[in-house]
Amino acid sequence: MAAVEIRDLHKHFEGHRAVDGVDLSVEDGEFVVLLGPSGCGKTTLLRTIAGLEEPTSGEIRLGGRVLSRDVPPRARKIAMMFQSYALYPHRTVFGNIAFPLKALHTPRDEIEEKVRWAVRMFDIERYLDRYPRHLSGGERQRVALCRAVVREPQAFLLDEPLSNLDAKQRTTARDELKRFQEDVGITTVYVTHDQVEAMGLGDRIAVMNAGKVHQFGTPAEVYEHPADIFVATFIGLPPMNLLESIEALAPAGMLVGFRPEHFLPRSAFGEDEDVTTFRYHVRRVEYLGSERYLYGSLDAHEDPEKPIIARLPAMLRLEVEADRTHEFAVHSGQLRYFDEESGQRRDPPGAARGRADA
Amino acid sequence: MRLPFGPIELPPRETFADRESLLAKVMLAPAVLYVAVLVGIPFVLAILLSFSNARAGSLSFSWVGLSNYAAVLSDPTFRRALLNTVIVTVAVQVLVVILATAAAMVFRAAFVGKRIMRFFLLLPWAVPITLAVMAWTWIFDSTFSVVNWTLKVAGLLHGWLYWLGSPTLGLIAIIIVQVWRLFPFATVIVLAGMTSIPQDVVEAAIMDGAGFWRRLFQIELPFLLPVVTVAVLFGIVYTATNMSVVYLLTGGGPADSTHVLPTLAFQRGIEGLDLGQGAAIALFLLPFLLVAAIGMLRIARRSEMGSP
Ligand SMILES: Nc1ncnc2c1ncn2[C@@H]1O[C@H](COP(=O)(O)OP(=O)(O)OP(=O)(O)O)[C@@H](O)[C@H]1O
Ligand SMILES: [Mg+2]
Repeated sequence: MAAVEIRDLHKHFEGHRAVDGVDLSVEDGEFVVLLGPSGCGKTTLLRTIAGLEEPTSGEIRLGGRVLSRDVPPRARKIAMMFQSYALYPHRTVFGNIAFPLKALHTPRDEIEEKVRWAVRMFDIERYLDRYPRHLSGGERQRVALCRAVVREPQAFLLDEPLSNLDAKQRTTARDELKRFQEDVGITTVYVTHDQVEAMGLGDRIAVMNAGKVHQFGTPAEVYEHPADIFVATFIGLPPMNLLESIEALAPAGMLVGFRPEHFLPRSAFGEDEDVTTFRYHVRRVEYLGSERYLYGSLDAHEDPEKPIIARLPAMLRLEVEADRTHEFAVHSGQLRYFDEESGQRRDPPGAARGRADA
Repeated sequence: MRLPFGPIELPPRETFADRESLLAKVMLAPAVLYVAVLVGIPFVLAILLSFSNARAGSLSFSWVGLSNYAAVLSDPTFRRALLNTVIVTVAVQVLVVILATAAAMVFRAAFVGKRIMRFFLLLPWAVPITLAVMAWTWIFDSTFSVVNWTLKVAGLLHGWLYWLGSPTLGLIAIIIVQVWRLFPFATVIVLAGMTSIPQDVVEAAIMDGAGFWRRLFQIELPFLLPVVTVAVLFGIVYTATNMSVVYLLTGGGPADSTHVLPTLAFQRGIEGLDLGQGAAIALFLLPFLLVAAIGMLRIARRSEMGSP
């Protein structure tokens, strides 16, 4: 086990900056998730750590040792699990899992012992003599995990390992994976573009876009205190509502944001709570069972392209009709402020409290 | 609601191209005809001839049963030719597979001058075989052999090698020329096969700590096996049935020691006018090729399904 330190890492493909100055320190035994939209450079970053790609510049350290270009992948003691699992089709499950040990010239009985340990942990003992093509997606994924861990690597890299599973398998697999990682305590870097997965698994999340890390923090930090507009709108479903400079709330050049689940009818708050109220014209109500989504606009802020969304939990039994204007409110502490130019989060302006539409 | 376009007009009647069963027959007919006329009839003729005492240039013949086969089997020259055919065919395939895999490895990597090199690689294949063998006879010439001179200059040779004048060296020369002729084709096939190796599986092997040889033998070659099998199958047929290389290089000599089945069949059947014996000799190629073909196809099918 070891910590992973990444300093100002760049990886360019013919001028295209796939990884564009990434700093990241993953602590020993930590589970870090790289989260970002498709094409933002997650896989490239992972492959560079693994040594499958040579960095254009920058430094990667594993357990204090610099992984320069003359440390080949095999000498890095890093295990990687591929999105497609990349099992060896001509080898049985046993042959697949034993392969990394054979490459290390492990004695035969030790191989046997370690493979048994791994398959018992992932509950695939029955399949040892099967070929990968006779396994289901979930079983293949577990074989790939076994193959990655038998070698007891210093760090564990996973590239969207659950993306080939169906929704139900994914929940179980996520649970298994997290439990396994906590048991073994391997430093793990996990790539996904599914934020539910990221929030559920990660000790910390690195939110990436266009080759850069926009924020690196715990799931709660990333969700509650997004570092900039990208993180605010990328994380959360539906994303954070953003209002362009409302004078009463913020000075010009600032955006105000709040999460849909914090945007509730005024009557849901106590009389003396510190809230900011809005006149909210509801255009459409979506009933989703466990909650309701409202789509509408604010009197003070009309933009049909970007509706303001409210997310009412099923507990809140208040009647909300479409095509009406209602009084809605947000806890003033839940308002987030962003610089319009740079997109960076700003401290709340002290004076701007009260009614937005007064 | 009105759509912005009208309904699609169907063609009024069935055209020729719609009648697929007829189309299939028409399109297969030339191939079937070709096989029947140019392969089937000569093949049946060869079998019939091998049971007769037909001689070239004469129309009278009678059936002699198995006597051609008996004569051939008791003939030491024939047995030598049969053995030579096996030796040359096997040796050539082994060398071609090794060389072609190595060459494909080189050509897979990016390097300066790759296009030119690829052109040179395909040259032996494009050169007419007679022309090429003439060049090789000079290379192996008893007085002017470049091979000998090179070995001498390199200090590896102290005596002198009479390439085409000794049975062993003659066979080696034949093997060298056959390998040279076949290996470009095999390289191209293996190169094509390499594109079918999934990159992520190879990278997984790299991450698992496998070095070059382990990757080659345990990961990449199993993927290449079906395609290499095809190359070997073609190679066996090409080498075992080829007459021109031996005929032009050694002419079967010295003392009939480097004959292969096709050259011996030609010598006995055409030059020696004994069509019956020639046909019998040539037919000995058949079970040999058949067994090879069936075996190879079986391996190909099995490895396609993924079990070793
Ligand atoms: N070998 C390569 N050559 C050129 N460009 C590449 C190469 N590999 C990746 N890229 C580019 O780098 C960018 C980042 O790719 P990457 O695969 O890291 O994205 P990703 O975040 O993993 O996306 P996804 O979620 O779709 O897997 C993309 O724009 C991609 O086109
Ligand atoms: Mg990716």
